Amino acid sequence: MHQAVFREPTAGRRRTRARRLPSEAGILLVLLAIALAFELLGWIFVHQSFLMNGQRLVIMILQVSVIGIIAIGVTQVIITGGIDLSSGSVVALTAMVAASLAQSSDALRAVYPSLLDLPVVVPVLAGLAVGAAAGLVNGSLIAATGIPPFIATLGVMVTARGLAKWYTHGQPVSMLTDAYAALGSGAVPVAIFLATALLFHVALRHTRYGKYTYAIGANREAARISGIRVGRHLVVVYTIAGLLSGLAGVLTSARAVSGQAGMGMMYELDAIAAAVIGGASLAGGVGRITGTVIGTLILGVVTSGFTFLRIDAYYQEIVKGAIIVAAVVADQYRRRRRGAAS
Amino acid sequence: MSPAAAHPLLELRHLCKAFPGVTALEDVSLTLAHATVHALVGENGAGKSTLMKIVAGVCAPDAGELRLEGHGVHFDSPRAALAHGIAMIHQELNLMPSMSVAENIWIGREPLNGCGFVRRRELERRTHALLERLALDIDPRAEVGMLSIAMRQMVEIARALSSQSRLLIMDEPTSALTERESERLFGVIRDLRSQGVGIFYITHRMEELFALADEISVLRDGRRVGGGRACDLRREELIRLMVGRELEVLPPPPPAAGPVALAARGLSVAGAFRDVTFELHAGEILGVAGLVGSGRSALAAALFGLTPATSGRMEIDGSAVRVDCPGTAIAHGLAYVTEDRKDTGCFLGLSVLENLEIAVLRGDLVRFGLVRGAAARAACGRMASALRIKTPGLDEHIENLSGGNQQKVLLGRWLLTHPRILILDEPTRGVDVGAKAEIHQLIAGLTARGAAVLMISSELPEILALSHRVMVMHEGRITGILERAAADQLSIMELAAS
Repeated sequence: MHQAVFREPTAGRRRTRARRLPSEAGILLVLLAIALAFELLGWIFVHQSFLMNGQRLVIMILQVSVIGIIAIGVTQVIITGGIDLSSGSVVALTAMVAASLAQSSDALRAVYPSLLDLPVVVPVLAGLAVGAAAGLVNGSLIAATGIPPFIATLGVMVTARGLAKWYTHGQPVSMLTDAYAALGSGAVPVAIFLATALLFHVALRHTRYGKYTYAIGANREAARISGIRVGRHLVVVYTIAGLLSGLAGVLTSARAVSGQAGMGMMYELDAIAAAVIGGASLAGGVGRITGTVIGTLILGVVTSGFTFLRIDAYYQEIVKGAIIVAAVVADQYRRRRRGAAS
Repeated sequence: MSPAAAHPLLELRHLCKAFPGVTALEDVSLTLAHATVHALVGENGAGKSTLMKIVAGVCAPDAGELRLEGHGVHFDSPRAALAHGIAMIHQELNLMPSMSVAENIWIGREPLNGCGFVRRRELERRTHALLERLALDIDPRAEVGMLSIAMRQMVEIARALSSQSRLLIMDEPTSALTERESERLFGVIRDLRSQGVGIFYITHRMEELFALADEISVLRDGRRVGGGRACDLRREELIRLMVGRELEVLPPPPPAAGPVALAARGLSVAGAFRDVTFELHAGEILGVAGLVGSGRSALAAALFGLTPATSGRMEIDGSAVRVDCPGTAIAHGLAYVTEDRKDTGCFLGLSVLENLEIAVLRGDLVRFGLVRGAAARAACGRMASALRIKTPGLDEHIENLSGGNQQKVLLGRWLLTHPRILILDEPTRGVDVGAKAEIHQLIAGLTARGAAVLMISSELPEILALSHRVMVMHEGRITGILERAAADQLSIMELAAS
């Protein structure tokens, strides 16, 4: 296997070698194929177009924005070789805390009767702070004690759900201000999702934070020897993931105009699924935000498509599980074929 | 004469194999006779491993045929090859550390009783018989994870023999062994040979070739460029065949007279080494010799802050410093290439570029929090061409590079940080002759420009060729520091074994 010695490209000359297809090309095709399949089935069974319906597409993206925001944080955790199971419970806890600070003076049973009609930044910042704190606990547990991320975040998952219930002894928090409710209406969550995606896409590809994140996932010991403070970096990554779960919790409670301890159930698994469908590897070192966004959209298209075809919710979950596994199997197969040259 | 004996054990005829973009093998023919050790040599990427993968059924040839004792055979899996008595012992050991020796050897083929339970006594009896054949004193019940690398290798060999193998393939079996352990392995190999087993033996070490091999084949760029009976071949000729050009011989290093760059005063790490005192001068290569486990690598890890010293102190440029994490070490101008390229060096799955740039992402390569991608790429590109790294491009995944080129990437990663003190642990382990010579020149060049180098190596010729002084360790203590004139194989081995 003889290869040429590497030579710098001469100045001024463009790199002639065609750039490789980005790794998202495959998963994007899957998204298009699923959408086209629904389009076809739509014409056959319900005599409607699936895609030629702007409103449906907006609702579809709206439905997955919250999962998408969580998935952006989870992707970064997965790139480090970790996992975050606490996202769904953190959504519930932040929804409760944020909602309790967003109640209007119309509220009959206010959590804090003296704190009504607060400006909208207060509940938002409180929610983000609670999310970040949960992430900080995850990261610190993992960095300081060295226990596996699965266990640390499992513990936080159970505890955060418990805290969410304890906060109001199970009572939902309702009657929120209009300004707060506006955060969850219209295209606001979609805009926040896409802005977050762009921000962290840049952070992962073009900052030291991102490069260190990949390095830690690819080889933790080599990263340490290269001068990266692995523990401290992991705390930052998990805190960011928690912060994004907090953001998702704020949006969820704003959209429902209430806070409930049962919110965000199983969101962590949808978020992990979106990241993994998008090409992130649980072994670490591999994953991209663009892939995760596409993975999120696949989940959205499937849910929306089944509703469109009026298929029972039970079947939806059965098929969703199959799609997650199929996407990962297909991706592994593709990778292996590409790696065969080595 | 039986028909089996009339034919050679294995004949490879006109084998070709191409991978997308590269030709790995081109018309390779060679013969392995019964009861011989046939060594395969060549630079990394010459096609040795591909050839052996074909023999072991890991991949199929595009053209050509394999004839096993006169019969054409096709292997579509390693299992099929194993059924024909061909077993491969991999460079990376494939044992389950938490299971016993016996369980590892017979996994999947355990003797069972009527109810499907494993007959433990029978399992251990068989293992015992097998280990006896290899004259090994290993307890069949010992947990494999508790054995030394050398012993694990023996267990691998025992496993291969347990399936009645008559053809063994060994890929650099001594790369992680000490001299004494290697001798032991050679004894086992010679025994096997006398029992009629044919052995393909891949190695980079010249000394082993002439000590062990009956036949030698040299591969270069996917072709068999020469070979023959080991007794008819000369060392220089082999190297010329392997490299395809004459190697430059390093001139003896000029005496180092720089100021003390790094000093250790009574440095200790509990349980690893104690009371280590030495001085390393700018422009000097201090070779560190000693057996594996003598504390050499632990000393390197302590100097770099990976396992901070428990007592004693370190001085850099004459002032006492406390190095308790790699970040501090790097800030003081230290660099550290570890002995285990795969486990603690490379970021597998990431590109050559990402592997090169990781330690230098600071200073003027970062602006407004963003890494200046073009500048980093340009710096890494200059480094890659300066070190003559063979790769299709900076975006190639590092696992697709040969061992020698991976090693160069690791050196490049540190050279980008402009270190003044380099700690190199086995800088040429598993690296082919050509790349090895280049790395040696590189190290010598660095010291000529004033860098200080602490070089740990198990290869005495490497130590002797490069070092200004040689420090020898034994059981966690320095047993001597030899001036260049006083250092030779004998004096070093005496100190290392004392």
